[in-house]
Amino acid sequence: MSETNTEAPIVEVTNLSKTFAKLKAVDSVSFEVKEGEIFGFLGPNGAGKSTTINMLTTLLKPSSGNAQVCGYDVHTNANEVRRNVGVVPQEYTADEDMTGHNNIILCADLYGLPRSNSEPHAEELFKLVELEDAANRKVSTYSGGMRRRLELACGLINYPKLLFLDEPTLGLDVQTRAAVWKYIRMLKEEYHMTLFLTTHYLEEADALCDRIAIIDHGHIVRIGTPDELKANIGGDIIVVGVRESAPDVSSEIAKIQLVKDVKKNNGVYRIKAERGEEATPEIMDLIRSRGLHVIKISLTKPTLDEAYLEYTGHSMREEETSRTQMFSQRVTMRKARS
Amino acid sequence: MALKDPTMQKEQPKEVSSNHERSFMASPKVNTSPLHGLWALTHRDLRKWYMNPVQLFVSLIQPVVWLGLFGKAMNFGAFVSGAGGTQTQQNAIMLSMFGTTSYFSFLACGMLAFVILFTAAFSGMSVVFDRRFGFLNKVLSTPVSRGTVVMAKVLQSVGRALIQAAIVLLIAVVLGMDTSHFTITGIFGTFSIMFLMALGLSSLYVMLALRSTDWQTQMAIINLLNLPLVFASNALFPTKLMPNWLQYIVKVNPVSYANDAARQLLLGATGLNSLAIDFGYLLAFAILLSATGIVLSWRLLSK
Repeated sequence: MSETNTEAPIVEVTNLSKTFAKLKAVDSVSFEVKEGEIFGFLGPNGAGKSTTINMLTTLLKPSSGNAQVCGYDVHTNANEVRRNVGVVPQEYTADEDMTGHNNIILCADLYGLPRSNSEPHAEELFKLVELEDAANRKVSTYSGGMRRRLELACGLINYPKLLFLDEPTLGLDVQTRAAVWKYIRMLKEEYHMTLFLTTHYLEEADALCDRIAIIDHGHIVRIGTPDELKANIGGDIIVVGVRESAPDVSSEIAKIQLVKDVKKNNGVYRIKAERGEEATPEIMDLIRSRGLHVIKISLTKPTLDEAYLEYTGHSMREEETSRTQMFSQRVTMRKARS
Repeated sequence: MALKDPTMQKEQPKEVSSNHERSFMASPKVNTSPLHGLWALTHRDLRKWYMNPVQLFVSLIQPVVWLGLFGKAMNFGAFVSGAGGTQTQQNAIMLSMFGTTSYFSFLACGMLAFVILFTAAFSGMSVVFDRRFGFLNKVLSTPVSRGTVVMAKVLQSVGRALIQAAIVLLIAVVLGMDTSHFTITGIFGTFSIMFLMALGLSSLYVMLALRSTDWQTQMAIINLLNLPLVFASNALFPTKLMPNWLQYIVKVNPVSYANDAARQLLLGATGLNSLAIDFGYLLAFAILLSATGIVLSWRLLSK
C-alpha cells in the first residue's frame, strides 16, 4: 500500500463544486487519486459521492473547479476521459430485454472497439465475473448479484486505466458482496488498475480502500488511509489485568513511547496507544519486570465508525435513521440531475 | 476487522491472470469517428422491436382499424352516388373533392402518414425510458457523441415507421386500394417523402423528450400534438372542404404535404401543391428539426 505513494496522481481535483438549483451538492472538494490505489469516498447518502463521480466521469458538468482524470481535463477533453475510464454506476443500467452478451457487446461498440477484439474480450470478462453460463440469457432473468457483475464486466470492456464504482455493493447480500470485493481486489492486484469507489458501508471502505476521503454535506472532512484515520482518533485501546494491585506502574507505562494515556482501576490498566500491537509487548515486558503477573490482556482497534463520528460530529448510523430527510434530498438531487 | 482478512485475497483464481493480463493491458485500436456507435444504438432499439412481434402487431392494429372501419364506413362514394347523376358525374364530383374516385384509396394514403406520425411520437417515449432505467447514463459515459445518441433514436423510429407504413400500404391494397396508378417511381417517391416526414417528426418528439423523466408528461405531449396533426391535415378529409381558418393550419402542417405528395404519386391525384413544393417543404422541415435535435442534444443531454 505504501509503494503507491510515489506514483503520479491519476485523478487531480481542485475546488470542484456542483450546485443543483439551491442545493450545494459538492462544495469545493480537492483531492488526488494515485495510480494503482483503491480510493474510497465514504459518506452517507446525499453527501455528494455520486455527484462527484458523475462529474469525474463527465456525466455532469461541474459548476466550478477543475478535475483532471487520466491526464485529461473533464471540461475540455471529456471524450478522452470517457475513453480511459470505466464506469460501474449505482443503478442497473443494462438493457433487460437483451442478453448479457448483447449488452456487453453494445458497450464495446459504444467505445468503438472492433468486434474482432470485443468478442474475445467480452468472453474473458464474463469468465472473470463468473457469468459465462448466463451470457446468452436475457438480463431480465438475472439476479441482483448477477446484474451487478454484468455491470462490472461492462465497465471493464474498454480496458480502463481507472474504474469508477458507485456504491458497488448497494443492496447485495453478504455472499455477493464478498464476491464483488474479491473482483475489486483482483483488479487492483493482478491488473494494476486504479479503482475509485463510493460507499456508505464503513466496513467496506475499511476492507478495500488504500485511502479514504470522508465526505459529508458536500465537503471532504478528512483524507487518509484507514489506519491513519483511525490512529488520529486516539489510537488503540489495550486493557491489561494484573493480579497484584500494587505497585502502581502507570507512570512507568506512560513513559513508553507509543503510549498516550494510562488509567488504572482495581488492578486493570486501560492504556491508549498508537500501534497497539507494537506497544503491547513492551507494556507486558515492563509489567513483568516489576514482578507483577498479567492475568488478562486485550487489544482493541478503533473502528472507522468512531473515526467517522470524530470527523463529522455525527455517526453514520444516526444519519441513516433520518431517512425521510435523506430521501427527500435524494429525490431533489435525482430530479435536478436528470 | 475479520473482513480485512488477507486470506480473502488469496482465493482469487490465479490461472486467470496470466492468460488475461496481456489483453487487459493492450487495448486495441478503437474507432474514434464521430458517428461510431450509431448503428449499435439504432440496432439495439430495432432489435427490441423485431424480436417482439406483439409490439409490431399492436402498432399496426390502429391504422388497420381506421382503414377497415373508417375507410369503409365513411363511404363518400355511396354518399355521392346517393345524390343521383350519372357515373361520370359522380366520378367528377369525387375527383374534384378527393382527387380520386375512391375515398378508401384517399384515406389509405392518409393512413401511411398516420402510422408514421404515431411511430414517431413514441420515439420520445423510448428516450424517457432509457433515462429512467439508467441506460442513457451508461451511454453518456462512453465516448459516443451526444448527437449520435439522438440520431440513433431518430433513425430507429424512422426505420420502424417506414416498415410499418409499407405493411399498411400492403394491407390497404389487399382491402381494395386503387392500384391502377402505382409505379415503381411513385412508390419510391412516396417512401422518400415519408422518410422526410418521419425524420422531421421523430426529431421533434425526441427533442421534446430529451430532458423529460416522466412518461406521463410525454404521453400528454403525444396526445396534445398528434390529434391536431392528424385532424388539421388532409389525412382524413380534403382541405378545400374545410373552413378557411383551418385551411391555414393545414397548410403549415407537414403531414398535409406528405399526404399530398403520396396521393399524387400513388393515385395520380391532382395535388394542392406541385410535388417540388411538397418535397421542398418536407426537406426543409426534416433538416431544420433534425439539426435542432442534434444541437439541443449537446446542451440538454449533459448537465
